[in-house]
Amino acid sequence: MNWIKNFIRPRIQTLLGGKREVAENMWVKCPETGEMVFYRDLEANLFVIPASGYHMRMPPDARLKHFFDGGEYEPVAMPQVPVDPLTFRDERRYTDRLKEARQKNGVEDAVQAGIGTIDGAPVVAAVQDFAFMGGSLGMAAGEAIVASMRAALAHQSAFVLFVSSGGARMQEGILSLMQMPRTTVAVQELREAGLPYIVVLVHPVTGGVTASYAMLGDIHLSEPGALIGFAGPRVIEQTIREKLPDGFQRAEYLRDHGMVDRVVPRGELRGELSRIIRVLTKRPQLPEVKDGTLAIAAS
Amino acid sequence: MPSYLDFENSVAEFEGKIAELKALAAENQSMAIGDEVKNLEKKAAKALADLYVNLSPWQKAQVARHPERPHALDYIEALITDFTLLAGDRKFAEDHAIVGGLGRFKGEPVVVMGHEKGHDTASRLKHNFGMARPEGYRKAVRLMDLAERFGLPVITFIDTAGAYPGIDAEERGQAEAIARSTDRCLSLPVPLISAVIGEGGSGGAIAIAAANRVLMLEHAIYSVISPEGAASILWRDSQRAKDAATAMKITAQDLKRLHVIDEIIPEPMGGAHRARAQSMQATGDAISRALGEFAGMDAGAIKKQRREKFLAIGRTI
Repeated sequence: MNWIKNFIRPRIQTLLGGKREVAENMWVKCPETGEMVFYRDLEANLFVIPASGYHMRMPPDARLKHFFDGGEYEPVAMPQVPVDPLTFRDERRYTDRLKEARQKNGVEDAVQAGIGTIDGAPVVAAVQDFAFMGGSLGMAAGEAIVASMRAALAHQSAFVLFVSSGGARMQEGILSLMQMPRTTVAVQELREAGLPYIVVLVHPVTGGVTASYAMLGDIHLSEPGALIGFAGPRVIEQTIREKLPDGFQRAEYLRDHGMVDRVVPRGELRGELSRIIRVLTKRPQLPEVKDGTLAIAAS
Repeated sequence: MPSYLDFENSVAEFEGKIAELKALAAENQSMAIGDEVKNLEKKAAKALADLYVNLSPWQKAQVARHPERPHALDYIEALITDFTLLAGDRKFAEDHAIVGGLGRFKGEPVVVMGHEKGHDTASRLKHNFGMARPEGYRKAVRLMDLAERFGLPVITFIDTAGAYPGIDAEERGQAEAIARSTDRCLSLPVPLISAVIGEGGSGGAIAIAAANRVLMLEHAIYSVISPEGAASILWRDSQRAKDAATAMKITAQDLKRLHVIDEIIPEPMGGAHRARAQSMQATGDAISRALGEFAGMDAGAIKKQRREKFLAIGRTI
């Protein structure tokens, strides 16, 4: 029976319209307070619940559009990689899981990136999205990070990474682990070229991703409440057999323990990133407008 | 007599009989056991060979973790002369899970380090079973800094189930410590040779294994997560470790095929623990050959070779 299940399932998903298209009038529940919010209102507020300030997951295209000037960017072409190098299967075939994730998300893998400007300064930004197989780091994502960093190198621009990932993609075994040194080489290339590399940690970031490029930025920002660590909380609880303290491995905890520079609400991220990039690349200060936000420069 | 693994019953039986016979003969001098022992020894050797030419990935994992397998400090003792153990990360503490220092390898000055698992209860506790905290990786960075400053090649012995997953380790930035250590490996202007001697467990291993040449013992394993860990995540059942070990491709033979490692170091029949000295010598010879390839190479070329080697992984499958 299994082969039937495995064979049929992806097709049913297509018929049911697995793509992430949410009706504008749909209600979304705040995971923290239970408050109901209109999807449209949530989207307008950068997927932050207005009353509670809870940061919901933000789709990568929305993230990139919000980040770049005028919502415009040129996508970074992502290199092709061998698919399923280990011919891996657990309860299901890896190729089936991958097919399903691609259909559901409408993209090839977990990392998308664009080339554009922020307040006139050239910048390359990449998003590693938890929605795609837990944002896991396989060959495709690793190669995409390398390609994005090299795009910044080619454009002599700053590189910003919005990263959310559970860590290695186990279905790619050791080749997933090898993405840790591979991406680190690309980080070193940025560093040697004197280009800023800014990491924005987005809930959650764990495992091999935290233990490589996500902790090697020149500056580390984090969204509020993001879980950030090497070992996941469940693994630690199993090891030490006790409950973890409140707030353990959260963004604020990492800031207090010296691993994150600033915890920044999503609505203020763009302004912060622009300001930091301008200082690091010695661009003139933008005129400040009255309400404390920055005016967008024409060039 | 070595301690036997669960799949080594047939060997244990023959070797048990041999020991019994020898004990009896020792008590009773008139007993002639020569032929019988020879016969049994032949059978034991055959049983061992039958098993070891065809070890499954899970059996290899067990061999790689065999309690009598030589560990990093054994290799250092066997291969390094003039050894000076160095301690501490100069930031917080000394972590015995990663040991290292200065010494001479085949007469030439080197920096050497490795994960140390310990060999009895007391030493296992002292070395935290080879599972390092951030201080271990920060000490590794410090030792690599020393190597750069004085132009010494670096040798690392890889043998860890993984970095320690505990509150204190997280509190002091385990992820950052691992990332910086990998980073340091990849920026070293001197040759770095790594030998996976037992378990290459995940980020905790790669942190000191991003090397110019990665050697691996015949029955060692190297993986993104332990077979038990993968089983509990993918099958939600840690008892499926055997299946996970197979699916993940963790053996030296698989990794050579995937171009993740450069060379397999053959082990004596029955595993490194059955002929420890011979095994460590073979490892030393392989390290020596690897180091020889970088003799006279300038710093830029050494760094470039290492980076390009890692960038090429996965592109040529």
